[in-house]
Amino acid sequence: MVNYLAVTTEVLLTAVLLSVIVYDIVVKDKRYRKMLPALAGVGISLSAIVTIGVFNDAGTQSFPGSLFVLDNFAVYFKNLFCFAVTLTLCFSSDYIMEQTSHPGEFIGLCVSALLGMCIMASANDFITAFIGLELMTVSFYVLAALAKDKGRAGEASVKYLLVGAASTAIMLYGISLVYGAGGSMIFSEMKNNVHLFYGVGVAGVSMVIIGFFFKLSVVPFHMWAPDVYQGAPLPVTCLLAMGSKAAAIAMFMRVLYTAFPILANYWLPMLAFFSAVCMVAGNIMALRQTDVKRMLAYSSIAQAGYMMAGIVAADAAGMKAVMFYIQLYMIANIGAFAVLAAVEPKWGGTTHAHIAGLAQSAPLLAAVMTVSLLSMAGIPPTAGFAGKIYLFSAVVDKGYLWLAFVGFVMSMISVYYYLMVTKAMYRDLTDFEAETAAQPLEYSPVVKLVALCALVGTILLGVWPEPIAQLAGRAASAFMM
Amino acid sequence: MIDLQKAFELVVNIGLPHCLLLSAVLFSIGLFGLLTRRSIIAVLMCVELMLNAVNINLVAFNRFGSMPDHAGQLMAIFGIVVAAAEVAIGMALAIKLYRERNTINVDELDELKG
Repeated sequence: MVNYLAVTTEVLLTAVLLSVIVYDIVVKDKRYRKMLPALAGVGISLSAIVTIGVFNDAGTQSFPGSLFVLDNFAVYFKNLFCFAVTLTLCFSSDYIMEQTSHPGEFIGLCVSALLGMCIMASANDFITAFIGLELMTVSFYVLAALAKDKGRAGEASVKYLLVGAASTAIMLYGISLVYGAGGSMIFSEMKNNVHLFYGVGVAGVSMVIIGFFFKLSVVPFHMWAPDVYQGAPLPVTCLLAMGSKAAAIAMFMRVLYTAFPILANYWLPMLAFFSAVCMVAGNIMALRQTDVKRMLAYSSIAQAGYMMAGIVAADAAGMKAVMFYIQLYMIANIGAFAVLAAVEPKWGGTTHAHIAGLAQSAPLLAAVMTVSLLSMAGIPPTAGFAGKIYLFSAVVDKGYLWLAFVGFVMSMISVYYYLMVTKAMYRDLTDFEAETAAQPLEYSPVVKLVALCALVGTILLGVWPEPIAQLAGRAASAFMM
Repeated sequence: MIDLQKAFELVVNIGLPHCLLLSAVLFSIGLFGLLTRRSIIAVLMCVELMLNAVNINLVAFNRFGSMPDHAGQLMAIFGIVVAAAEVAIGMALAIKLYRERNTINVDELDELKG
């Protein structure tokens, strides 16, 4: 008998996806069409709540053959994804309606990308994981192209597609070799298979990890990220930076810890090395960026480095730290992008010159932006500080002192480019600039609400991280003792 | 002396090594084309080559290895479907790009940089 409780979230999200498509076709009245992002957000939140309910009642669920599991870990990530996509749809509802070429399709594709992420968090074999991954990436290829502005979005999506397709091919080739060596597609079945030590197995594992590096935009496989982040419509950049990255991290952790633990001595040093490279290169390349969107792309590369440092710890504390860090990174990202979504359509861009004077025109937005960026840099009392303490203490406990040191130094350096944005917003304006920027910036109350939520969330997680950290710890216990 | 009989058998009795070799060669050709070709269409064709190499691998492992189930063949079918979806979107994006910029050369996509 098939246990349908395991796929509750996916079934509900599919229903939301279909309803969005039908709503888009049937409803012609402009007033009602405008409600579509909010309705989709409500549907997504409801699916997340029902998932928690089902999980609390029935506990860990799985399909026969454990192809698909709903455990602590999966529930934690699914709620994270739903939360992120809902808030993104909320703060960018005006943006989607006015700045994208096909709003209905845009929202539908957001939901299908979310569906892919949820499948990735639950997948327990390579076939399911691959389907989830592709559902997410293929949705993002299209999402990146759906902007009214001609040229840049198209260029971004083509670049994303070419690199994404190549990385898919590399990862699939790795999967096929792992399948040949390990004799199974199911993670837990190849767990203790010594055949993975054969050349075929090691080559396969390396290629799978390289495929993940592409998706996580780890240096040196990061070339696509800045261009795509800069060219894609703003909500898509936001989802790419946190949703797609978090989903890839979720799947990466499950693959590494449940399928390849036997090769840990091989991949741990490799991950530690790339994590350090990623932190150094990401932060240094971010220093010279003047476009906030592009800066956030490089910053997300550096953040991937921090999170990978947590994966290197490879124990419950490390996993907990990574999951907590993803949570606070999402909140900080939502804050920063909510501000950009309010500014970009009105002031025509997101470079330092464009956001000059934001502190006078919209003090709240400037404050939210500053706090979010400081959280990414890890300055107390924001959430980023707590997250980095968890991360680096887990890393140090495992003996990777040098890695924690690199992370520490690089976070200090990152403060420079984060504060450059603050400087651009708060500096005194020249007379010429003052004329254009003096009038208050108009933005919808929803953006205000989301920005406030991000602000409160960032501070609250910073001064009182216990509840979320405990949740993350419980999630980590799903397959790490 | 070359043992003709043995050489003959090695060529005629096709087994796992032959399939893996073929797929490795196909994959390498695809990767080479991916890095050298400049037209989006050609790049997509090279990606297809790489994905087909994967399919050969999967089916060969399933056929010649001691696998308990048909997961490899199943994966190959999923791989074909995903490749079709990816190429369909690639073509659509190529058309969009051609309409906007009058080119499908990857080298001319240089507006975003820094």
